[in-house]
Amino acid sequence: MDFRHILNSKKITLGIILSVFSLFVTLKANAVQEKNESSTSVESKETKKFDPNETILEHIADSHYFHIGGKVAIPLPVLLYTDGGLEFFMASKFGAEGEEAYQGKYHTYALVKDKVKAVAADGKTVDESAKVFDLSITRNVFSMWMSVVLLFVIFVSVAASYKKRVGKAPKGLQSLLEPLILFVRDEVALPNIGYKYAKFMPLLLTVFFFILINNLIGMVPFFPGGSNLTGNIAFTIVLATVTLIVVNVNGNKYYWKHIFVPDVPFWLYPIMWVVEIVGIFSKPFALMVRLFANMMAGHVIILALISLIFIFQTLWISPVSVAFALFIDVLELLVAFLQAFIFTMLTALFIGSAVEEHHH
Amino acid sequence: MELILPDWGLVVWTTVTFLLLLILLKAFAWKPIMAAIGERERSIEDALSKAEAAKDEMSRLTNENELLIKQARAERDLILSEARKAKEQIVSDAKELAHKEGARMIELARVEINNQKAIALADVKNQVATLSLEIAEKILRKQFEDQQQQNELVSQLLKEVKL
Repeated sequence: MDFRHILNSKKITLGIILSVFSLFVTLKANAVQEKNESSTSVESKETKKFDPNETILEHIADSHYFHIGGKVAIPLPVLLYTDGGLEFFMASKFGAEGEEAYQGKYHTYALVKDKVKAVAADGKTVDESAKVFDLSITRNVFSMWMSVVLLFVIFVSVAASYKKRVGKAPKGLQSLLEPLILFVRDEVALPNIGYKYAKFMPLLLTVFFFILINNLIGMVPFFPGGSNLTGNIAFTIVLATVTLIVVNVNGNKYYWKHIFVPDVPFWLYPIMWVVEIVGIFSKPFALMVRLFANMMAGHVIILALISLIFIFQTLWISPVSVAFALFIDVLELLVAFLQAFIFTMLTALFIGSAVEEHHH
Repeated sequence: MELILPDWGLVVWTTVTFLLLLILLKAFAWKPIMAAIGERERSIEDALSKAEAAKDEMSRLTNENELLIKQARAERDLILSEARKAKEQIVSDAKELAHKEGARMIELARVEINNQKAIALADVKNQVATLSLEIAEKILRKQFEDQQQQNELVSQLLKEVKL
């Protein structure tokens, strides 16, 4: 596989990203400090020992509350598909911090480690017999829908300006996004898929911008950002599955021949089948893990750096924390673009290998 | 461990959301955007190729013009040289004609002069003859005024006559 064009296109990506950096640096510095201060005030009221592990895991995990700052949090709707039927109520029924149990229509529910579980009447022990499927509008779902609305508004308006300015040079939002759209087409789709690229453009563009906008929303440290959607395995597993399905549905006879009748002595076929079938799944699996791990790691590092203040119990460490967090934030901004690009690139590469006409 | 175990509720919502987003954006954004970009690229390419064609046409026309100018120049030169030749021909013809005419006129003049001279000479002869006769007459008259002399002469003459 030839990856040289990634290096070439990196220059372009870097250019775009650097220009965005200069915009965001000031804002991010303020934001991190704000977060820092608000957390400090919370900490000073609490006397229990600070556990960074727990705090970080709580922040990167999904939640039924959307924390705005301090003790203020928006309770999100809880939607449960149980063996009895659908249950719908607000998370505020669990109390401001999720410490209470709620008597629903079919079961009693409580939050155990931020997850809704059916509990026995005492409100503590988990009732294993009750089947509860949690379809709640959690922080991640809320954030995802917000990103969808944003994407839809942005791109429909861009499409409208394309209709309005037929044959003219792009302007405004259109000219900001056109290079990205053309980048996906000319650097991602065309070189990897070839002349059949047009059919896959909607998928590649949607994947690219969906990942990108959620990466960026995840980097905003205050409401309504800060969710760790792209660093959540549930999100990446869906996108990777989409890639898996699209690649294999569009695989032509050369692709399947390469898997089932490869150019090796026939007695090696059983081994090759195993290898190739593992390969079918391992490629999207790598996509899933790469995006998930990268985005989660970014959140963990920033939270860990901020946690330093509470571990050392002193404000004097905060300049170091903020400086490092800012550095990582800037790096994460690069990663936000890079991961969206790599996911799209590899999806295009896998599609390209599945629709290639002349297999070696 | 919780981190790498997918939350199936979120999986469901992500699937639904992503598919909806894909369908909606495909219909309302990607199709018109890609079509517009493709259309614009085609029109730009069209314009460029048209410009190229116009340039070719232009250079073809320029070449043609140059060729025409060259031909016209050559023709002009040819006409000029022919005219020069004609002029020289005419001049030389005229010269020759004038020469001949002059010669003819000179010849005529000479003949005329000769004629006139002859006439004049004849006239002079006549006059001389008349004058001579008159002089002779006068002399004779003078000589024969004396009878004596006449007789002498007659006798002389008679003597001379030999019968």
